Amino acid sequence: MSGSDKVWDDADPERLYVITGGRSGDSQGGSIGLVTLIVSQSVPTAGMQPEHATIVRMCQAPLSVAEISAYLHLPVSVVTVLVTDLLAESRVEARALVARAQLPEPSLIEAVMHGLQKL
Amino acid sequence: MDFKSSDSLSPGTAGPGTVAMGGPATRTVVGPRTEDALPASATAAVKIVIVGGFGVGKTTLVGSVSEIRPLTTEETMTQAGVGVDDVVGVERKTSTTVAMDFGRISINDELVLYLFGTPGQQRFWFLWNGLFQGALGAVVLVDTRRLEVSFDVIGRLEERGVPFVVAINSFMGAPDYPTEELRTALDLPDYVPIVACDARKRSSSRDVLLSLMRYLHSLAVTPEPS
Ligand SMILES: Nc1nc2c(ncn2[C@@H]2O[C@H](COP(=O)(O)OP(=O)(O)O)[C@@H](O)[C@H]2O)c(=O)[nH]1
Ligand SMILES: [Mg+2]
Repeated sequence: MSGSDKVWDDADPERLYVITGGRSGDSQGGSIGLVTLIVSQSVPTAGMQPEHATIVRMCQAPLSVAEISAYLHLPVSVVTVLVTDLLAESRVEARALVARAQLPEPSLIEAVMHGLQKL
Repeated sequence: MDFKSSDSLSPGTAGPGTVAMGGPATRTVVGPRTEDALPASATAAVKIVIVGGFGVGKTTLVGSVSEIRPLTTEETMTQAGVGVDDVVGVERKTSTTVAMDFGRISINDELVLYLFGTPGQQRFWFLWNGLFQGALGAVVLVDTRRLEVSFDVIGRLEERGVPFVVAINSFMGAPDYPTEELRTALDLPDYVPIVACDARKRSSSRDVLLSLMRYLHSLAVTPEPS
């Protein structure tokens, strides 16, 4: 039995509410998804909210929203809110998911196959 | 909150992203280990979802091909309003959190592939919107001792139009059905690939992903069979 599939009922809504200032992240839509790569455009500065500063520090090299969520131990929806703040201030840049638009580009699939064959 | 990674992973001394810094006031830096950082040239990401019941080997598969130790992210399902707290004026929400394991494979200097494992049971489907949005496709991981979970998952993927392959994870003592028997049992159309795998082996897990990619490639160059 894998611990990772466990359902938690003890997510602390109070803490998350404070971090996001009560705003709710829409992790279902919007332009930021699980594998959007976030890259810092600046370094943390004094007076930044700690979570913002941590993200800016963490994303000196590109990092997906899912990875940020894992390292920060925060839900994806909360990370989405925080990253949106940083994007608005141009402190980070977002590199989008290459989506499957109806059917994926054969060349994209070929690139992935090629990469997998090297494993 | 306690976020436990899968118990199938080898224990580390510190959490995956926790690096203790020396010095008088020991500070904990959160983030990837230096060797886990992506190159600055990484500009695009794609994802594949591994879906199946509890204990079917999702975490094992992700871990055997991932270049980083699998990480755990969580998604919350919030149900608004069960009781409105009039005194504070804040709507009380109940939230349920589900963890998802994921791993990463750098395809080349620009492109990164992420693999997400997600439980297949219906009560977790609230996760699927964010998860499948833009996903290349899915692997349905099946344990032949428990085919039931797979029915719902396959039906749901078909409904959503997510292309998928079926991978039969070979457990000791699990019935070894001929592929065509499984195809019938799972009510799968002829064109959906069914492959055998041992999720503990990197090469076997890689081959599952490759069969998904070959299938996607065939869909991309020829219209979907009907
Ligand atoms: N014999 C065998 N055992 C496996 C295989 N894949 C996973 N397991 C074991 O089955 C258990 C559950 O696997 P896990 O990956 O945690 O399942 P999950 O709940 O789907 O993430 C673990 O103890 C694995 O070591 C396989 O291909 N063959
Ligand atoms: Mg698991």
